[in-house]
Amino acid sequence: MITLVWAILSLLVENKPGILFKVTNLFRSRNFNIDSISVGVTQDPEFSKITITTIGDERQIDQIVKQLDKMIDTIEVKRLDDKKTVYRELVLFRIKISKASDSMEINNIANSFGAKIHDARKDSIMLELTATPDQIHNLQELLKPYEILDIARTGVAALQRGGD
Amino acid sequence: MEKISGARALIKALEKQGVKEIFGLPGGANLPMYDELYKSNIRHILVRHEQSAAHMADGFGRVSRKAGVCFATSGPGATNIVTGLATAQADSAPMVAITGQVPTAMIGRDAFQESDIIGISNPIVKYSFQPTKPAEIPEVVKKGFYIAETGRPGAVLIDIPKDVQQNEADISFPDEVKIRGYHPWTDPDMAAIEKAIKLLLSSSKPIVLAGGGVIISAAFAELQSLAELLMIPVVTTFKGKGAFPENHPLSLGPIGMHGHAEANKIMTEADCVLAIGTRFSDRSVGKFDEFEKHLKIIHLDVDPAEIGKNQTTSVAVVGDVKASLRIFLKLLMQQAFKKSEQNAWLAHVTEVKQYWRENLKLHPGELTAARILRKLREMLPAESIVTTEVGQHQMWASLFYDVIHPGTFFSSTGLGTMGWGFPASIGAKAARPDLPVVDIAGDGSFNMTENSLATAVLDNLPVIVFLVNNYSLGMVAQWQRTFYDRRMIGVDQKQCPDYVKLAESYGAQGIRVGNLDELGNAIKAGLKSDVATVIDIPIDPEEDVLPFVAPGTSLKDMILPS
Repeated sequence: MITLVWAILSLLVENKPGILFKVTNLFRSRNFNIDSISVGVTQDPEFSKITITTIGDERQIDQIVKQLDKMIDTIEVKRLDDKKTVYRELVLFRIKISKASDSMEINNIANSFGAKIHDARKDSIMLELTATPDQIHNLQELLKPYEILDIARTGVAALQRGGD
Repeated sequence: MEKISGARALIKALEKQGVKEIFGLPGGANLPMYDELYKSNIRHILVRHEQSAAHMADGFGRVSRKAGVCFATSGPGATNIVTGLATAQADSAPMVAITGQVPTAMIGRDAFQESDIIGISNPIVKYSFQPTKPAEIPEVVKKGFYIAETGRPGAVLIDIPKDVQQNEADISFPDEVKIRGYHPWTDPDMAAIEKAIKLLLSSSKPIVLAGGGVIISAAFAELQSLAELLMIPVVTTFKGKGAFPENHPLSLGPIGMHGHAEANKIMTEADCVLAIGTRFSDRSVGKFDEFEKHLKIIHLDVDPAEIGKNQTTSVAVVGDVKASLRIFLKLLMQQAFKKSEQNAWLAHVTEVKQYWRENLKLHPGELTAARILRKLREMLPAESIVTTEVGQHQMWASLFYDVIHPGTFFSSTGLGTMGWGFPASIGAKAARPDLPVVDIAGDGSFNMTENSLATAVLDNLPVIVFLVNNYSLGMVAQWQRTFYDRRMIGVDQKQCPDYVKLAESYGAQGIRVGNLDELGNAIKAGLKSDVATVIDIPIDPEEDVLPFVAPGTSLKDMILPS
């Protein structure tokens, strides 16, 4: 029985052109799967941080970490323990407003998630939420009945607690 | 610091690196580097197709254990070396390929002879560089060789836009380079080795499985000392063939799809394997989960990513296998360990080995695989270098050509590149002109790069092509006979070409033989010849390679000659 797990990988890489291509190409060529990816420069402009979430069995995750670590452009590759990590993703939804009561209901849902309202119009409304992928999924489920017109997600950013 | 062009800096950096030979072919985008090569003492060996330049550099690199260098121009020149890069990388061979690229301002505009070779080659190289300024070139070259030659060796590509070759700059040459994300060597973990020794000594049916890592790290003496000290039988992977002298009483030869019957048999009976420098390829171990069943695996490898990739290990030791084996030996010596030469397992191993060496049924006739390859072995000095192509002849070489002097047998084992062996033999000859070099070839493979005869003749690299000729893509034909009910398609070469005339047209020596005596004389003539020799050996196209472990099955299910 192969059990699939969700893993957060944090990569410190050289901030040079082509590195993101090499990282994603490794996933493709080794038949691994990228669930989400986010990239940004670090406090030291020589390095970037890539955060990848992936799904696989333990053997695959172990291989992904080792193959990424083997890459010459990666300085450090860590698999983060989600229980000891703060991880968040930002999502934007545009939701259709069909009738007058929709606007109020969506506002209530947004409030219960701590989501921000942007660009409220007669026929649509935009929501922004920063949360875990699970919470985003839950919000999305509640918004489905109103018709989601568009969606954009950033991918997960993650830092381990306690500075280690 | 001096003001020179990027091309001058490149050639100077290569000279400083100790490069004496470059295999290549010029074109529009690498003319500036060729113009500087013109002024250098580095020997240029002209190929007839860039793929062969890459294979020559690969063969040179495997034999000299230093990166071989090849040059190609942009566009098709660069794409022609792709197979060569992939072959070298798959077999962890040190190589530095240097390509010209269209000028920086033209990149991305679909210029004439532009190809994105950095993008194309990414998954099949160890690393690649595209310097953007002439001043970067010396550092890039130094880093390129360092990456290609250290840790688990591999293929490195340096792609230089034409303007970067042409422009002048103040250029200095670093003595040392540092790459912060690259840690080629890990110190072997002493505690893991102690654990491994305990496991090995407590097992009743131990075996050593030597892979290509033993050859790359030249750990021959260490392996032999360990095997003799512990009196453990030694099998190899095909890549590891010749890591251990195959005429040694403890040697059983290669395991795998076309492994020796005795090697496959004993491998499946063993309860503990000391696997050294191997990636447990499917061709070697058969079905992954069958292989690891009932087997404790101790895995020594320089590449941490190989641990647990294909097999579950009981103990893993990451580090250069030579260094690890030395610690093994040291710890065993401290225990004043000496295994008795008399034990039930070894007696059984010897019996099985003897049985199969005497009773393996061979194909009838005079010019058969077993007889011609044993003849070759008998005639060649022990230290001769052998390369092979890919196909039936390659597996027959594995079965019937015993490697006596460790590290003298090279083949495209990972990628399985037909056409590799001949140019690789030319590269090997360039690295070791003092030794006889033989390419054990099949006709299908030889067809792919036979135009390298021009290079062998004109550049005075007299290798011998031992052409096992069934005028057929023999291995495919064998699979069609075995798995496709003899529906033969696309395998018959219809007696074309005449290899004697082909060789002679290039100024090489061509000899066709009709019996073993003539073969002996032809080998003698080849060894004495100042030019390359092609020995055309017609064999029965119906001869199969046996034993045969069908793909996706276990070593236990080996098909034997009936």
